[in-house]
Amino acid sequence: MLTFVLRRLGQSALALFVMSVLVFAGVYAIGNPVDILISPQADQAEIAQTIARLGLDRPLWEQYWLFLKSALTGDLGVSYAASVPAITLILERMPATLELALTATVIAIVLGIPLGLLAGLKPESWAGRSIMAGSILGFSLPTFWVGLMLIMVFSVQLGWLPATGRGTTVEVYGIPLSFLTADGIRHLILPATNLALFQLSLLIRLTRAGTREALQQDYVRYARAKGVTEHNVVRVHVLRNILIPVVTVAGLELGSLIAFAIVTETIFAWPGMGKLLIDSINVLDRPVIVAYLLVIVCLFIVINLLVDLLYTALDPRVRLQGTR
Amino acid sequence: MKSAVALSPAREFTRGYARDRIAVVALWVLCALLLAAIAAPLITPQNPYDLAQLDILDSKLAPGAASTAGYTYWLGSDDQGRDMFSAILYGLRISLGVGVLSTVAALAIGLVIGLIAARGGGWVDALIMRVVDLQLSFPSILVALILLALAGQGVDKIIIALIVVQWAYYARTVRGAALVELRKEYVDAAVCAGYSSVRVLFRHVLPNVLPPLIVVATVQVAHAIALEATLSFLGLGMPITSPSLGLLIANGYVHLLSGKYWISFFPGIALLLTIVAINLVGDQLRDVLNPRLK
Repeated sequence: MLTFVLRRLGQSALALFVMSVLVFAGVYAIGNPVDILISPQADQAEIAQTIARLGLDRPLWEQYWLFLKSALTGDLGVSYAASVPAITLILERMPATLELALTATVIAIVLGIPLGLLAGLKPESWAGRSIMAGSILGFSLPTFWVGLMLIMVFSVQLGWLPATGRGTTVEVYGIPLSFLTADGIRHLILPATNLALFQLSLLIRLTRAGTREALQQDYVRYARAKGVTEHNVVRVHVLRNILIPVVTVAGLELGSLIAFAIVTETIFAWPGMGKLLIDSINVLDRPVIVAYLLVIVCLFIVINLLVDLLYTALDPRVRLQGTR
Repeated sequence: MKSAVALSPAREFTRGYARDRIAVVALWVLCALLLAAIAAPLITPQNPYDLAQLDILDSKLAPGAASTAGYTYWLGSDDQGRDMFSAILYGLRISLGVGVLSTVAALAIGLVIGLIAARGGGWVDALIMRVVDLQLSFPSILVALILLALAGQGVDKIIIALIVVQWAYYARTVRGAALVELRKEYVDAAVCAGYSSVRVLFRHVLPNVLPPLIVVATVQVAHAIALEATLSFLGLGMPITSPSLGLLIANGYVHLLSGKYWISFFPGIALLLTIVAINLVGDQLRDVLNPRLK
């Protein structure tokens, strides 16, 4: 088990290194930031000074080395546009993204499991078919277009909910949170629903498939034969057995929610990391792009590592394969 | 002789496909969309990208309004006085073209790499599969965004990004299928007959791993189209000179808040129809061609 964990950690570190080289080399190829960052009126001395200040005059490998050295100490450069450390910008925006992603996960779980259960118990019924048709739509509809339609219907036509921003926030240990104020919740509903849609469809499908499988099992047949009420069969024997894998998947998908939040945040002007990334790309703010990418890569590597370890803990077959 | 033998599986396939009425409708819709996209210059009242044909006085007209040139804007017009119906068909061309092209290219690249991994074995296999695993552990939207953030905009760049996002998936599937095939007797027979391993791989193994992949690729075209639309919407995809459906939707976004819904809404419907139709056709193809379900 220990060798497996160590090997897996080594792989993660290697992946991180490869990604950092790719990201850095790629960002370097974007173009000449000098042209974008320095006003055309600047004279030669000013240009030279700025290049020296940003370290753009050194060879590529040296720039990478400097970057790596400072990255390991948590210093990922200063944003060209905002003149604050890039990592500070990202970390400032991170709570908003996490709040959005977690709310979306909660929505997906709270709606997805009952709907999936219903569709699994009565697959041929009108309700079951509608739920499945809805989940096909949820998979097919592009997130950004659904977001636009939500704004169109609930903000523009009906005027029920605000379309942009986070609303009033409350600081908890210095972290601003929206879901603690009524205004914040009103701002949270549309983007969180938008982000949850794909997850919701996924959970509906998983729960439905799990339910149908569980209903075929002997323990359900025996429970019924024993005279357990249908309600208890579902609650104790079906639901409890499918809950663990379904909730696990919901948790694991947190990573892709954070990635998809880029789209949702842009549409709803939600001030999270994703919107920051798109804004930074538009003004070619290199340090922020690099910092975002490294933060998200770290996040994913950690999530993937946890997933693997969790699977190993849950399923001994995986462990055997890994150490062989 | 040959045609008589080939006809009956074809008939069986047609019958199997037609069993699901929704899938048949989806197929018709898809054919109609493809035809409309191909024939766009012939059936649209206006070339939306010929500035001489645009009239700024016609800008942002509601659906059903008459243009100064005499025809009707059935789906309204955008802020440049462009007929949305024409713009959508031209956009559909670009979306479908990019989706199909990138999927076919990714399929080809994934096939070759997957076959090399399966045949090569050892460190070649290990290296390729590590790269595949690493890439597949990130959501495709993130990989595509990173690439486009680094490489900049352009039709060529978005196609490359869509290929990069998809190839690993095919490579993994092909490797798995090819490993199974390589253990079969016909491969031993071909090797004994003295054929080179390249020939065995591409003439004998490839035809056996290809059919299920083509079905997968059908559905992947829909993913590619959706991804391209998303990236274009974020302003990282197609350049303004080749407006895909995603870009049309993005252009209408600013007018959405003032109640001019049609500039975003109708391109979205076209996108939705395309994606759903492709998905339904792909699902049905998979079910019909899956021998386990017979």
